[in-house]
Amino acid sequence: MSTAGKSNRRGEAGRRGDDVRSDLHAIVELRDAGGVEIESSSRVELYYGKAIRDQVRSVLSALSIEHAHVEIQDQGGLPFVIAARVEGAARDAGATGGDARPERAVPLPPPSSRDRLRRSRLYLPGNEPKFMVNASLHGPDGIILDLEDSVHPDHKDAARLLVRNALRCVDFGTAERMVRINQLPLGFEDLVAVVPELPDLLLVPKVEHAEQVREVDGSIERILGRTGDDRPVWLMPILESARGIENASEIASASQRVCALTLGLEDYTADMGVVKTVEGTESMYARMRVVNAAKAAGVQAIDSVFGDVADIDGLRRWAESSRRLGYEGMGCVHPRQIAVLHDAFRPSDDEIERASRVVVAFEDAEARGLGVVSLGSKMIDPPVVERARKLVERARKLGLLPLTQGTSKT
Amino acid sequence: MSDKVELLTNAAGRKVPTTVNGREQAPFVGVDRHRPTGTKHGPPVRSSAAYPPSGDKRVASLEEALERCGLRDGMVVSTHHHLRNGDRVALRALETAGSMGAKDLMWFPSASFPCHAPVIDLMEAGVVHHIEGSMNGPLGDYCSHGKMRGLGVLRSHGGRWQAIQDGEVKVDIAVIAAPTADPFGNADGSHGPSACGSLGFALADSVYADRVIVVTDNVVPFPCIPWQIQGNNVDYVVEVDNIGDPSKIVSGTTQVTRSPDRLRIAEFVARFIRDTGILRDGFSFQAGAGGIALAFVQFLRDYMRQAQVKARFVRGGSTRYLVDLLEEGLTDYILDGQTFDLDGVRSIAENPAHVATSPFTSYNFNGKGNFASMVDAVVLGATEVDVNFNANVVTHSDGRLLHGIGGWQNCLFSGCTILAVPSFRDRIPVIVDEVTTLVGPGELVDVVVTERGIAINPRRKDLVSAVRGSDLPIRPIEEIRDDVERICGGKPQKPRVGEDPVAIIKWVDGTVLDSVFRVLD
Repeated sequence: MSTAGKSNRRGEAGRRGDDVRSDLHAIVELRDAGGVEIESSSRVELYYGKAIRDQVRSVLSALSIEHAHVEIQDQGGLPFVIAARVEGAARDAGATGGDARPERAVPLPPPSSRDRLRRSRLYLPGNEPKFMVNASLHGPDGIILDLEDSVHPDHKDAARLLVRNALRCVDFGTAERMVRINQLPLGFEDLVAVVPELPDLLLVPKVEHAEQVREVDGSIERILGRTGDDRPVWLMPILESARGIENASEIASASQRVCALTLGLEDYTADMGVVKTVEGTESMYARMRVVNAAKAAGVQAIDSVFGDVADIDGLRRWAESSRRLGYEGMGCVHPRQIAVLHDAFRPSDDEIERASRVVVAFEDAEARGLGVVSLGSKMIDPPVVERARKLVERARKLGLLPLTQGTSKT
Repeated sequence: MSDKVELLTNAAGRKVPTTVNGREQAPFVGVDRHRPTGTKHGPPVRSSAAYPPSGDKRVASLEEALERCGLRDGMVVSTHHHLRNGDRVALRALETAGSMGAKDLMWFPSASFPCHAPVIDLMEAGVVHHIEGSMNGPLGDYCSHGKMRGLGVLRSHGGRWQAIQDGEVKVDIAVIAAPTADPFGNADGSHGPSACGSLGFALADSVYADRVIVVTDNVVPFPCIPWQIQGNNVDYVVEVDNIGDPSKIVSGTTQVTRSPDRLRIAEFVARFIRDTGILRDGFSFQAGAGGIALAFVQFLRDYMRQAQVKARFVRGGSTRYLVDLLEEGLTDYILDGQTFDLDGVRSIAENPAHVATSPFTSYNFNGKGNFASMVDAVVLGATEVDVNFNANVVTHSDGRLLHGIGGWQNCLFSGCTILAVPSFRDRIPVIVDEVTTLVGPGELVDVVVTERGIAINPRRKDLVSAVRGSDLPIRPIEEIRDDVERICGGKPQKPRVGEDPVAIIKWVDGTVLDSVFRVLD
């Protein structure tokens, strides 16, 4: 038997088993001599066996590892997954140096804006690669790679690498690229791993004080300062305790990065010691307080997640009541919930009509060189015009307005 | 392994052997080009004087029946797959033949299932020489590695009928598992403890085989009503304790897929059929029992309700989803080839509008037409589809035999043939440059629906213009292939295969469409 010191140099990452798909399990044992030895078995050996071994070698070389024994059990992991698992195992074995980030496979999408559509955000477990590649096909406004509750505490390191690689290699289409970090202080380690990949938005769980948001903001600031990137990384604090709800206002305005507030009703009802119901009476105060605090701070109010995938009618009722309260979106855990949310959170025909009239009035005033926009006898403030233009634009994006109507320029 | 085989290149550009298992073969010459002449094969004359006037053809055991049928070395023994993975009759028939000392039999199943894996032992022991029929799992591996003495011959359900009828395969003894039968040999599949629905796959054998044995676990007094197999074609009836495991014959319930990607594919297919106008009053469609096909039926049902149209007929494999359509009045008939779940079995037993069909009515190339070409749209799966719309359903890109052809080839003749497939599975590309094995010529594949978009065969200009202006994600198939290659990390390696075929793929007309070569690991 080898010494304890030697066994410390063996690490693993990923999952194995017959029911695992699109993932792999990697064991890396660092050695002092003998070069790199690879033992691999793969469901796709006949198609990509050589590519897999080549990739293992290139990851190890990027980590400056010259001598190692590697064991791969692959169930069809894609290249970004292989890179994450091999690096994960090597890091677990104690490798510290090098940079094994895969080449960016998709160009960075245009930066996200503070007030973009956030009707639906689809949670994906951060350590489960299977759902990542096709998630954007289902058209959610945002895709959340979750490092928090859906990841077992033992797998946080592996998940971080997988999420980092996904941000570099997976095409998320037009969806906003979001990551839910862990509760602080663990969340700071997540920031170090994912912020350099420039996610559009970070969800910060279990926020109770403005100070926590400021700390996250400061950490992002330092990381971006080092990488030299100048691109918005928005924050969506999740309030999920009685104290967090009470401090909603200060949290909403704690940082310029905060673009939305949301709440987590599972944890909140647990904290309150009440049962969570589909009617939601027990969380009415929390929902009202969050929406008010958000509006007061000029950020979006986004509702909790609806977890019962089978109850589509329940989801629709909840989302419609959310919208009536002033919420602009919700979280979901299955793609089939997305269309329901988009329907429930679409602007009403009345709103679209009103906004269109404001925009027409604005264009008319501009064409005539007038400094003041008015509709009938009412003067219209610039923010109202701005919001109306956005709503018209949104309605058009949603196919609720023909392209010819409303403003001539977008 | 067979002797060195002579290969030539057929009209599809595929290398195929000229002789298979001692029989000369015609290479594929193109869709609908092959027009055989001559007369059909006929079984020997039998006279009623040779059979008991009481009509009681029961004998004590399967062994006695095989004995009386004159079982000899080298005979062709056929069985059928209507009991699916619950079947106990095929193996018992072959094992009994083995215990009687028979050697070198050719097993001619209408399909094989994992429960038939022990036939490998019978091949090793020399009882079975080779298999002509679908092979998957361990049997598929055995054949793919060239361990079988003869060549595997894969035929569609219609092609199997054609091969029997043309005398290409002369069935010596047909052993038909019957959920219900009378002593005369009339047999039915929709009643009895092992009820499975239709017995259509056994019909050809009952008519053309030299000798026919019906094996049942549910003897009823004459007459067995309804009869799907006519006792007048049957030599012997054997009663056994059970012909199968009911839990594996039909599923209790068939399940719609829950995979979001597959649901998306199913929804695209249904929208395509709606937006092209195929969905109209009196239309018809066929969909199998796979997860995508079942989900497709759910979506289509909603659209049929919205448009207030109903189908004239739908074709099974039937499941509760088709039965729901029938019972809701959304279709006049189910024309059923096989029955997959308990609701299907109940319906076919009770509902006169749920009709059992056979490969003769549905699929046979050498008939005066068949139903398959009269179906407006069919939704099928595939293991691979290439950029020329050629499709594979029997091997994966690793070259190993995986699935039978079933009715798949025959269904390609429908008005609109839709392959509903994920663009890749795990890291295995489905949309590829060139299929590993050609089973469906691209000219018959009209539409490929994937989670990343819908590709319409450019030959179908009518469909291309029918969807113009719809919001369906129509894309060139090459673009989808490029997506897949980007995601999977480049083109896959080609499998290493030997030069000798281990199996051939027959086209529906009996010509040889492609070969499966030995897999080298």
